Amino acid sequence: MPVMTIVQAVNSALREEMRRDDRVVILGEDVGRNGGVFRCTEGLIDEFPDRVFDTPLSEGGIIGTAIGMALYGLRPVPEIQFMDFIYPGFDQIVSEAAKMRYRSGGQYTVPMTIRTPFGGGIKGGHYHSQSSEAYFCHTPGLKVVVPSTPHDTKGLLTNAIRDPDPVMFLEPKKLYRAIKEEVPEGEVTVPIGEAKVRRKGRDLSIFAWGYMVNVSLDAAERAAKEKNVEAEVVDLRTLVPLDTKAILDSVKRTGRAVVVYEAPRTGGYGAEISAIIAERAIEYLHGPIVRVTGFDTPFPYTLEDVYMPNPDRVLAGIEKAMAF
Amino acid sequence: MGDLLRVIKDDGSTDPELDPELSPSDAVRLYRLMLMERILDTRMLALQRQGRIGFYGPSVGQEATIVAPALALDAGDWVFPQYREPGAALARGMPLLDLVNQFMGNAADAVHGRQMPCHYVFRAGNYMSISSCVGTQIPLAVGAAWAAKIRGDRIVTLAFFGDGGTSTSDFHVGMNFAGAFHTPTVFVCNNNQWAISLPVARQTASETIAQKALAYGFDGVRVDGNDALAVYRAARDAVKKARAGGGPTLLECVTYRIGPHSSSDDPSRYRDEKEVERWRLRDPLTVYRRYLKHLRIWTEEFEENIEKAIGDEITEAVRLAEVNPPPPIESLFGDVYAEMPPHLEEELEDLKRVRGR
Ligand SMILES: Cc1ncc(C[n+]2csc(CCOP(=O)(O)OP(=O)(O)O)c2C)c(N)n1
Ligand SMILES: [Mg+2]
Repeated sequence: MPVMTIVQAVNSALREEMRRDDRVVILGEDVGRNGGVFRCTEGLIDEFPDRVFDTPLSEGGIIGTAIGMALYGLRPVPEIQFMDFIYPGFDQIVSEAAKMRYRSGGQYTVPMTIRTPFGGGIKGGHYHSQSSEAYFCHTPGLKVVVPSTPHDTKGLLTNAIRDPDPVMFLEPKKLYRAIKEEVPEGEVTVPIGEAKVRRKGRDLSIFAWGYMVNVSLDAAERAAKEKNVEAEVVDLRTLVPLDTKAILDSVKRTGRAVVVYEAPRTGGYGAEISAIIAERAIEYLHGPIVRVTGFDTPFPYTLEDVYMPNPDRVLAGIEKAMAF
Repeated sequence: MGDLLRVIKDDGSTDPELDPELSPSDAVRLYRLMLMERILDTRMLALQRQGRIGFYGPSVGQEATIVAPALALDAGDWVFPQYREPGAALARGMPLLDLVNQFMGNAADAVHGRQMPCHYVFRAGNYMSISSCVGTQIPLAVGAAWAAKIRGDRIVTLAFFGDGGTSTSDFHVGMNFAGAFHTPTVFVCNNNQWAISLPVARQTASETIAQKALAYGFDGVRVDGNDALAVYRAARDAVKKARAGGGPTLLECVTYRIGPHSSSDDPSRYRDEKEVERWRLRDPLTVYRRYLKHLRIWTEEFEENIEKAIGDEITEAVRLAEVNPPPPIESLFGDVYAEMPPHLEEELEDLKRVRGR
């Protein structure tokens, strides 16, 4: 079985789906000859010269026309070079893609997957680092998927492309080449809407997505060694629709919850998870729900490592939750 | 409109109709700034490869389109840069050391290492803070020009952007508002033929970028962007017209990005080195040297002296910048608002507690 990075898993899913379904097309900045600035679409233009398009520099154009393609019956997979640059296309996503099925009573739909790298960890400063998933999670009609491993990347991207609704597919760029694992050739599917327990633990539940899953796993190992605390780490994988059952099952078993996310604290998607736990499992809790997050500041350059939650800060969160 | 405005002839003499007739000291100043930018780029890319700065976006080949428009402005005018114009910042009086501190993102950087390299700001020179987001500066430049008009100030604003930038909605918005409100704005498009891997021919079906101005109701001028005198002349005329109430102008400076898009880019993936070699023959510094030679200013000795002086200046700036520590963690939380609200104070306290453990 081939060993893949997340970049290769993205590429593999795209290639497989383009082979399987001739309605799948790719468009975006530098996705053709250059293979994308992160090389996720490398070589696809050679195999599918008529279905991979380098576009002019306009996210509104990329997303707006992709929506039009989807309305017409294609399965576009637009790439936005960095999630930080998605905002010129935000209007199209929120006002058009997300509402089309609803406002047309299902007569028109937008089966489109917007792929975009998100999150910090590459010293990219304000505009190559942000985690703005909450804006999209807050928009009814969009699905929001965030893989954290190569296998899940391939499986979830495949399912996203096949999904009848618009999917935001957020790729944790810090992990693009950081981890490798075996991923089958050919078809791999992972259902959208299912969380996965990455580490079993009885004392406390950590909920995370993207790169923060890895940070949480490191913190959990340290908690076991240094504090004798066994933390469970739940990788949410899909933010909308959320696997509420997996969250509640875990927290009911452990009685403690730490939610970890990179985005600014206020209004981050982890606030929603905290609210669900508080609403539906408070009687199981031994202590407060703790959030470990980015700060309510723009994303910095030099002090990136201070800004991003790291195992130290997650460990401090674990201690806080265990203090009760 | 398809014709390129040129001033410097192949023998270094100038077209007498178009020559902006710089004084000898201004002529040298223009050269020195272009050369400074060239040498700075080379040095900074080398530092980047050694890991001493994190990222760099060179502007080799575009020096004329960057420095000359900045020199055509008055001190009170405003610049809304893209991210590839350190020469314009220096022309606006930004000290080299400030620039290098910004590239290093250290404690002496005016914005505390908050932004990645090549994203500086210099208010004393009316040099706006740089965003990575392509095109966003264009409406801002129009708004500032509009404000100057509302206030009755005879101020001109100048926006720099690339050929890729002309595809953004902000370009359309900015051009349209500038036309509709007749604002004193000069739009300088550095058409360097590439937007990362996309050649300009696939960026737009328009034959020229200059012609886009026509649709918005004002003039577009196409300039040889490697002829600093032509760029200067066109920019000076546009600035003068704007200041006199004649409205906006779009300048398309036809030039070439000799280097990679940035230190993260590998242009061999998407373009032919032969094309680069062809453009090297029209290096803006070479073209300008011919002119200085014609004026009997340029000699080998002149070149050696000026290169040495610039090299020493950069060496000294790097030396001074490198001793600075990283910014303190408190700087993360400043300037989010005019006053730090309680939730940020709490976050800072929390952070200190965790780090102090
Ligand atoms: C809105 C937006 N989309 C995408 C990017 C990524 N990006 C950075 S520079 C660039 C190309 C810009 O080309 P051009 O405008 O011609 O300027 P040049 O770099 O050639 O000077 C792209 C696509 C960005 N910074 N902002
Ligand atoms: Mg360009």
